[in-house]
Formats: sequence, C-alpha cells, structure tokens
Amino acid sequence: MDIPYWNKEIETADRATIEKIQLERLGKMLSSALRSPFYKRLLGEAGISSGDDIKSLDDLHRIPFTTKDDLRKSFPTGMMSVDMEQVVRIHSSSGTTGIPTVIYFSSQDVKNWTDLVARCIVSTGATSKDVFQNMMTYGLFTGGLGLHYGAEAVGMTIIPIGGGNTKRQIKVMKDFHTTVLHITPSYLLHIHSKLGDVGISRDELAIKKAFVGAEPHSENTRLKIQELLNIDAYNSYGLSELNGPGVAFECVYKKDMHVWEDAYIVEIIDPKTGEVLEDGQEGEVVLTNLIRHATPILRYRTRDLAFLHPGKCECGRTHRRLSRILGRTDDMLIINGVNVFPSQIEEILMQIPEVGTNYQIYVNKKGSLDRLIVKVEIYPKMFLGEASQLDALKNKIKEELRSSIVINAVIELHEPGALPISEGKAQRVVDQRPKM
Amino acid sequence: MKITQISVFLENRKGRLFDVCSLLGDNEINIRALTIAETESFGVLRIVVDKSDVAVKLLKDNGFVANLTHVVAVEVGDKPGGLASVLKVFADNDVNIEYMYGFVEKFSDKALLVFRFADTDLAQQILAKNSIKVVTEKEIEGL
Amino acid sequence: MIWKEQVECADPADLKNLQSDYLRKLTAYIYNNCPVYKKKIDDAGVKPEDVKSIDDIKKLPFTTKVDMRDHYPYGLFSTGQSEVREIHVSSGTTGNPTLVGYTKDDVKLWSDVMARTMCCAGAEPGDTIQIAYGYGLFTGGLGFHYGAMEMGLRIIPTSAGQTARQLKIMQEFKPRIIACTPSYALYMAEEARDIGIDPAKGNWKIGIFGAEPWSNSIRREIEEIWNMLATDVYGLSEIIGPGVAQECPHKDGLHIFSDVFYPEIINPDTGEDVADGEDGELVITTLTKQAIPLIRYRTRDIVSINYEKCRCGRTSPRISKIKGRTDDMIVVRGINVFPSQIEHVLVGIEGTQPYYQIVVDRKAHKLDEVEVLVEVEEKIFSDEIKELKELQDKIRKEIGAVLSIGVKVTLVEPKTIERSMGKSKRIVDKRTL
Repeated sequence: MDIPYWNKEIETADRATIEKIQLERLGKMLSSALRSPFYKRLLGEAGISSGDDIKSLDDLHRIPFTTKDDLRKSFPTGMMSVDMEQVVRIHSSSGTTGIPTVIYFSSQDVKNWTDLVARCIVSTGATSKDVFQNMMTYGLFTGGLGLHYGAEAVGMTIIPIGGGNTKRQIKVMKDFHTTVLHITPSYLLHIHSKLGDVGISRDELAIKKAFVGAEPHSENTRLKIQELLNIDAYNSYGLSELNGPGVAFECVYKKDMHVWEDAYIVEIIDPKTGEVLEDGQEGEVVLTNLIRHATPILRYRTRDLAFLHPGKCECGRTHRRLSRILGRTDDMLIINGVNVFPSQIEEILMQIPEVGTNYQIYVNKKGSLDRLIVKVEIYPKMFLGEASQLDALKNKIKEELRSSIVINAVIELHEPGALPISEGKAQRVVDQRPKM
Repeated sequence: MKITQISVFLENRKGRLFDVCSLLGDNEINIRALTIAETESFGVLRIVVDKSDVAVKLLKDNGFVANLTHVVAVEVGDKPGGLASVLKVFADNDVNIEYMYGFVEKFSDKALLVFRFADTDLAQQILAKNSIKVVTEKEIEGL
Repeated sequence: MIWKEQVECADPADLKNLQSDYLRKLTAYIYNNCPVYKKKIDDAGVKPEDVKSIDDIKKLPFTTKVDMRDHYPYGLFSTGQSEVREIHVSSGTTGNPTLVGYTKDDVKLWSDVMARTMCCAGAEPGDTIQIAYGYGLFTGGLGFHYGAMEMGLRIIPTSAGQTARQLKIMQEFKPRIIACTPSYALYMAEEARDIGIDPAKGNWKIGIFGAEPWSNSIRREIEEIWNMLATDVYGLSEIIGPGVAQECPHKDGLHIFSDVFYPEIINPDTGEDVADGEDGELVITTLTKQAIPLIRYRTRDIVSINYEKCRCGRTSPRISKIKGRTDDMIVVRGINVFPSQIEHVLVGIEGTQPYYQIVVDRKAHKLDEVEVLVEVEEKIFSDEIKELKELQDKIRKEIGAVLSIGVKVTLVEPKTIERSMGKSKRIVDKRTL
C-alpha cells in the first residue's frame, strides 16, 4: 500500500529523534508556561523556575499534573502566557458548572494546529480532490473550525455545514458529491436510518470516508458503521484544552490512533496513584502540549481512560498509537457529541422554581441518537390545575436546557412521589445507554 | 351499545364555547354531557346530544370542524365507591380509558358516565361479562 | 483607516478603467467556461468582443434567483468542482437552495472585502471582534472570520445564540467590535438587564449589524442602549456573503466596493436605469469572482445610490439602507424566508393544501417570532388531542428544518384566515423595522 504522509520525515522519524524534539520543545514550553501566573506558582512549588530545569524526559514526573478544575479556576487569564496583543483566537470548551474554560491561540499556535490537523487528514488517505462535509459545530467549540483549517491547508472542497437538520445534511451529501464526513458515530448511524425517509439511497451518495470523533465508541460500532454505510471510518481524538481535534488520528490501517508525539507528550497514569503506567496498561490519558505557547498546558489529566500500544504500526509511523477511549474517570456525559456534566443540568433545574426538589435525569438512546430525559415532579404548591400551565413549564425547562447546554431534552412531568427519592448524594443522573 | 359523541375543534378564544352552545340551543338540540380538553393553544369540545346527526350537520354548516366518535355510556352506582368499583373492573382487565366525563343530569338512581376507551370492543366485552349496564343511543335520545 | 486606499479612494476615471478591464476579462472568461452563460449571452445577441467598457454592461443579460434555482447545483459555475475550495448555501424559494462556491482566490477576495468592511466601520489593528453571526453554511460567521484573519484582529468566534455566554465574553474580554444581527443586539440588551449588566457600560464600541433590514430608529435605539456606534453592513451570498457594502462612521449610506461588485439601479419592471438618486432594484455584477461569477444579478433589494465622494474620503458609491423588496421574501432573525417555502411544506404534509397565514412579530427587544396559522379542516381533525398535537409538531418540525429557524404553529378554526379575492393574504408582518 502506498502510505500517504503530510510530513513523512517527522511522521517516520526514529524514537531518538522524536524524543530529542520533545525535550527541546518541552524546555521552550516550560519557559512559556512560567510566564503564566498559574504555572509560575505550580512549577515554582515543584522547584522548577526555568526551562532548563528539566534535563531529560525522565524528569517529567517533577511537573505536577494540571486538572480541569485548575483551568476553571484560572479563568480568564491565569494560564495565558503571552500578552493579549499576540492572541488572535479565543476558543472555549464546556466547564463543570457553566464557567467556560478558555484557550488562547497566537497566530503561530493556529498555524501549528492547522498543520497538525492537515497531517491527520492526509494520514487517512484523504486528498485535495475530496469534498469534505464538516458536520461538527462551528464556533467557540474547536471541533468545527479545527478541521476546517486543516482541510483548507490540504486543499479540500469544504462544506462548512455544522450539525443538525438531517434532511439537509443528506441532500447536501448527494447534491455536492461529498466524499468525506466529520461527524459523531451516533449521528452517522442516525443519518443512515433516515436515508429512507428522505428518499435518497446509499447508492446516490459518494461518501467514502468518515472522521468520527467526540464520542467514545467500540470497535464493533465502527465495524457496524462501515458495514451499513460502506465507508471507511477513522477514529479521531482531541480536546480543546490541547488545541481541539488533531491530537490523535487513525491512519489507513485503522488500528487505533497515532498520537503526534512531536506535538504532545502522552502518558498513561493510574488515576488513583498518579503512577505512570507501561504501554499496554489501561489508565488515564495525560497530555502535555508542546506546540501552543499562548496557553501552555502541562501534564493535563484528561479523565479519559485508554492505553498505548506497545507495537509498531504497519504504516511505518513511529508515533505511538492510543487505543480508543474506554471510559471516563468522572461523571461527565457525552450526549450526541456534546460534553455535559450532571452538575450543569442540575444547576439549571434548580434555578426554575416550579421544579421541586425531586427530579431525575436519564440518558438513553432513541434509535441511534442519544436522548436526555428530565423527569420532574410537579411541585404541588405551583399546580394551578391547568394543562396550559403544565405545557408552559415543560417548554420553559426545555428552553433553559437548550440555551445553556445546547441539548434538546425530553421533559416529563410526574406526580409528587412518583420518582425515586434521592437519598443524600445519590446519583440523580442515570445513563441507561448500552456501551456503544 | 356504542353511543355517538361529537368532537368540535375550538381555538382558545373568548366566546367560542358560547357560540357552539347557543347554536345548538337555538336549534332545539339538547346537550346531555360535555367536557373540554384543552392545551395551551386549542381545545376539543366533546358533547353527547340528543340528536347527533342533526347537530353535527348544523355545526359543520356553521363553519365548525366537528367529527363523530364512538363512546360508551356506563351506569355507575351513585354512592361513594361506585365509580371506583367500575374502574377496578377496567384496571383488572387491562381496559385502558382515554378519557371520561359525566352526564349533565341523572336519569335514574344511577349516575351516568361517558367513557372513551382505547379498545371499545374489549371494553364492551368486559362490561357485559361483569354485568355493568351500558345505556344505548336510543335510550339517550329518549331521556 | 482605509484598508485598500488605492481602490477605495480612486479617482472615478481610474476606477472606470479598472472596472472596464475587469468586465472585458470577465465576459470572455464566463463565456468560455460556463455553457449556461454562453447561451444567455448568445441569446442576447452579444459577443464577448462587444463588451469594451463598463458601460457596455447594459448589453449583457440579467441573472435572477430563478436562474440559480434552475441550474442548481453547478450549472452557473465557471470552474470545475475540484477548484471550488468552499461551498455555502442559502435559502431558495422552493425546493432547491441557492448554492455558491469559492475558489482559493475567491476566498482571498472575500477576505479582502471583509477587511475593507471592518476598517470602514472603524476597526483598527489590534482590536478584538466578537463574531455572533452564525457560523456554518450561512456566510455571515465565516465571512467575518476571514476578514478578521486578514486584518489580524483577535477573534472570538461565538457564533449566534447562548446569550448568557455572549455577555460573559463581552465582560471578560472587552471586544471593541460586535458583529451580529441588529435584532440580536437589542435582544442581548434585554438579557443583559435581566442579569444585572448595564448595557450602556458594555464594552462593545462598534457594531457591524446586518443580515436583516433595520431602520434608523432601530439604529438610534441600539446606539443609545449600548452606547456604541451602530453601522450597517450589506451582502448576499449570491454575490459573496457579507462584504458587498458597508457604512462608514458618517452613517450616510453604505459604501459598495464597486471595483469588484459593480452596481446598477434599475426599474424592476422595465430593466432600465432609474434617474439619479431614485429608488430602484439593486443589480450587481461580480467583476472578479472565479467559481461562480454573476452578471447583472437582480438582488430584488430596493435602494437608491449616491455617487458623490464621502466625507470619509472614499469615492466608492453609497447605497441607501434597503428600502424594500420586489418580491415577498422576508428576513427573520437574519434568515431569508420565502412564503412559498412554507407552503411547500404544508402541501407535503397529509397532501392537504390548508389555508395558512404567516405572522411575523417582534416584541420589544425580543427576537423575531414566526407563527404559522393553519386552518383545521375535517380531513386533518381528530378527536384525540395527541394526534392534533402531533400534527402541530410535525408541521413545526418540517418548517423548522426547511427554514432553519424555530416557528410556532397554531391550529385555527376554518375561515378565520383572511381571504381576499380567493387568494389569502399569506404574510402579516407586524414588525416595525
């Protein structure tokens, strides 16, 4: 097989070269990080006051971990390492309690990110001749714009359609001869189930590849997607804290995702002890960004669980492969590709007076898509006996959820006492979905 | 055994109910039972009258959207627990009730209720089996 | 600051020479690369050689929205699909949407005219811009994004919606410039007050508002409430997206970048030019686009034009704010809506052609609301509330999918919708724009 590369030299460099690059870039990144209030303090406490203090990759453990909470607490500029003048892009991801986490990019940071995403795209065999339908959300979320920049660099024809409106997605796929999709696996299955409704058959579509991400899913799901739709599905991994998409991507062999080790230092740790584990052992993914200087992130605990493959990939790339994400260490939910914490949902509900103290949140599947169901007990004092009041309440809850966390929930009103009582800190969010 | 109910579509506007009732009243049609199911934006008026065919034509001729539905008029003991015992029979036999409402007046010592069932035939079977009396169309006209 | 002074302040004679040069090249290019246009030009009895100067543009045929619909998807393109770098789509009247494409150079052109736009509004290098136009197939978000990249501005790509977050971002990062629809600006002011923020102390100093028609009184309201300069931007995806014309701080007409978007104002019935300064339909020719250049495209927007040099120094002609439409299109929350689109959906459901009416309203400082009244007739009436609600929901979802905005559907009794001469009045626009 003729293996496509964006940057063959770096993608097939030997381990010694990669590690040399990592150490060099780590030093520079430490210098940048020390310019931010957060890392100045954190690294200072660890006895690190200059980029030279780390003399080998073995010393990585001296750098303390960084957590989501740290990012949240540093809002807005606690982790910024350049003057605002050099910042050209501000992106964000969801936060635990609605306070967004913010990521700054300098123009070089954007170039580096673009280059990395282009590398990902090309590694799947996609080329400038492809027509790319980018179905991930555009905006502060890095998913849409990240792939857009990379696709521009590769020279593909881009349809910046974003998410939603299934009928239109399918029609656009047909009319514009889309060959490559960027999409969540559940939405892709949903599209397949809607082809009949829209009156368009698979034969009328020219799709060949799908970059699937934002949702953990099993190998079986990937195989199912490939079989049902007759396409190649490539797994994609990324998170805005570390740029966005482009952290790891599958190559043409589709045997898990190459982490670009010249751009990231990846470690797998035991989530309880923090001990770094061997290749092949499952643990929490920890990432250090080596290429974004406006907002350096060191040894970030992603809360994703996975393992690193010990062996080499047939494609000849020397960057290790990360397994598909096997789970989370926290209670974050991913609903149709959107990250949401149960605490966010609860916070929203608590602000609506007609919602009493008892409610239950379920996540299940409707066909291929995830569905959020909020069951609320009617607060007797608030019931006026009119159906219209109840309708209005349902709509209010639905609208609040939609505008805060961008999820369309199904709201059910129940009689007082109908829902299980939450004892103490009992789980109020029940994920009923079978593992994908 | 089934009787006819007229359903009328009404917007949630002032006076619509009055318009229906005065139209029927002006034309000597007697309303025996009625209920309104409402939502935020519209309502469905359900009535049992003494002359269904005349009534439904009258309503349509006067610009109302109306149709006919089969319901069952069930006699229920007019005492505490009377309704509950009938409902228990339904519950025990998996008979689903879509909605129900009462007649305007009593016509004997029993109370008379209108039931719309998910499965009318099944309901009638169960009613017969349990010796619960059902009032016919003819009997309603004569009331 | 004037982004492209040489062209924006050009001497009219030099500008005319440039336009003539472009037009000659464009005519030959389009004639040789687009069979549909070749036929149109042949049918008009014209040869490319006949076009020697910009004044000869009158010899060339018009292009309409119907042409775009009829030749969907690629019929009007002058390049192969492989040279198309980016695709955008906007509302069509019925059935097919309008497709536009950009080569790499077209994106450069777009970036350039958007940079001109932002400078014209008063943006300066080093500014932060909050882009609250929708990102996606709609050209607003990405258009501003490209222009901001071209100018080297700091971009916060919020896209539309999630108002609480928009306001938080305004407070934290103090962007001097906000780009969104004017109605959204007023809506955000209301939400701001609800959460205890005084809009008059907000950080946005310049607003670049467009995608929907808005009057000077709305402008005054926005400027008073937000204590900012509110400027008007004009564009349409068929031409390029936003970036066709922009107001400078003198707010005395929108400078149209006539070196690349050549304007004519015509009488919509006769096709002839109107007298100087009179209202007429704006017709635009894209002089330098590559993927899908358009000749004499009838925008259906009614404006007047002023060729005098502006106090800002720019010599590009100024079009007035949009005064109306020649068709029945309305703009709701920045999205173009044709009544025929809604009709198409209603006919498709249950095979009925019910009487319907579209009522558009905007309560003070809220967003536009569309209510579709549908008369219930026997065929669709059911005794079951559930079924009626499902019908209501189905109509709402289908219309929402076609228009890309949420609408309210209200079932009404028969004969309640006004009929005039057998044809019902389809749209009632209660807004004062």
